[in-house]
Amino acid sequence: MCLGIPTKIVKINGSIAEVEIGGIRRKVSLDLIEEAQVGNYVILHAGFAIAKFDEEEAEETLRLLEEIGI
Amino acid sequence: MRYLDEFQNPKIAQGLIKAIEGLVDRKIVLMEVCGTHTVAIFKHGLRRLFPTSLKLLSGPGCPVCVTPTQNIDAAIWLSKQKEVVLTTFGDMMRVPGATGSLEKQRAEGADIRVVYSVLDALELAKTNPAKKVVFLGVGFETTSPSIASAIYTANHEVINNFWVYVCHKLVPPAMRALLESGEARIDGFICPGHVSTIIGSLPYEFIAGEFGVPCVISGFEPLDILQSVYMLLNQIKEKRAEVQVQYSRCVKPEGNEKALSKFNEVFEPADSNWRGIGVIPGSGLRIRQEYSRYDASLHFEVPTHQVTEEKSGCICGEILRGIATPLVCPLFGKACTPEEPVGACMVSSEGTCAAYYKDGGIIE
Repeated sequence: MCLGIPTKIVKINGSIAEVEIGGIRRKVSLDLIEEAQVGNYVILHAGFAIAKFDEEEAEETLRLLEEIGI
Repeated sequence: MRYLDEFQNPKIAQGLIKAIEGLVDRKIVLMEVCGTHTVAIFKHGLRRLFPTSLKLLSGPGCPVCVTPTQNIDAAIWLSKQKEVVLTTFGDMMRVPGATGSLEKQRAEGADIRVVYSVLDALELAKTNPAKKVVFLGVGFETTSPSIASAIYTANHEVINNFWVYVCHKLVPPAMRALLESGEARIDGFICPGHVSTIIGSLPYEFIAGEFGVPCVISGFEPLDILQSVYMLLNQIKEKRAEVQVQYSRCVKPEGNEKALSKFNEVFEPADSNWRGIGVIPGSGLRIRQEYSRYDASLHFEVPTHQVTEEKSGCICGEILRGIATPLVCPLFGKACTPEEPVGACMVSSEGTCAAYYKDGGIIE
């Protein structure tokens, strides 16, 4: 039930964003997140963006993973 | 796909497994609280890669599984009321109550519709003013802010034919109940990632502080889960108990303040009954007085349905409390399968029994 996938915002119209998941576009509500912009990655859940995806933190986690894993 | 493939790198996974092996020198039991983690762990075969003395236990984090029969029966009752269109997430359709399931009720003629989002239910209400649209609100903190947002919007736009039957639950009070019962040995928690995007890491602090049990909030890709296990094992080895965030690309310590503000505007905590566990104080939600006109249980005066016992032999309750695995259930894979489920843990794709069944039912 709590599936969430990082998706990129491609268009914003008021509180509705258009996102792209694997080539498919769909509309989601931005009512639950602050200051989303076109190009941001967000986590989606049941028609809402529930979190902004922090690309810098993602890179940092990947760097740590490489440190432990290799 | 960007930011998915990088977290599935097999070479790094092998390195992490080696590092994990080096940290396990005795029996260690970790609980993954969230059903989506359970599914990810089975999907990627992670249990098979761990040393035998490292056990993973599935927790009560499948919302469908912990919704008691009384809520299912109330939803069925609601669907029988005049002009009512009952809307629900798809995974609630087959959950057995005492008087059948929503799927069976729909087959008998009730207007029950599966929606992807509560916004679809709100739209249905707008376009069908003569109908009474009721949404079955099931889910943890990941889901409830979106329901709060829909109620807020309905109030703002004066939509008068929309109600929510609230069955929402909160994760941290359930974790407290598990620890206070002392029934299951838990050396560390893999905490839910998406619930935590909303609530942040602070609500878990009592687990480390009061109970001395380490917590790591984890993402859902295989490297996320392996790194979280590695972080938990390090805490255990160093005799530390802290709340750490592995899923830092989505979770902030303070959570999602905008979502929390909408959530707190519409809902307040209430005692709640968990299937197989019982009533846990402050572990559920109810709609605040200011928005009570959207509360289906008040508007339709839903009668109190009795909680019914699980069917004879079903041990979903013990499984949800982490004191039994599906493999000791006499019904598992025989009388109870995903096609013909007896207990809720076999109905939901995130249920522990369904995850074990899909995996072949052989992993202990």
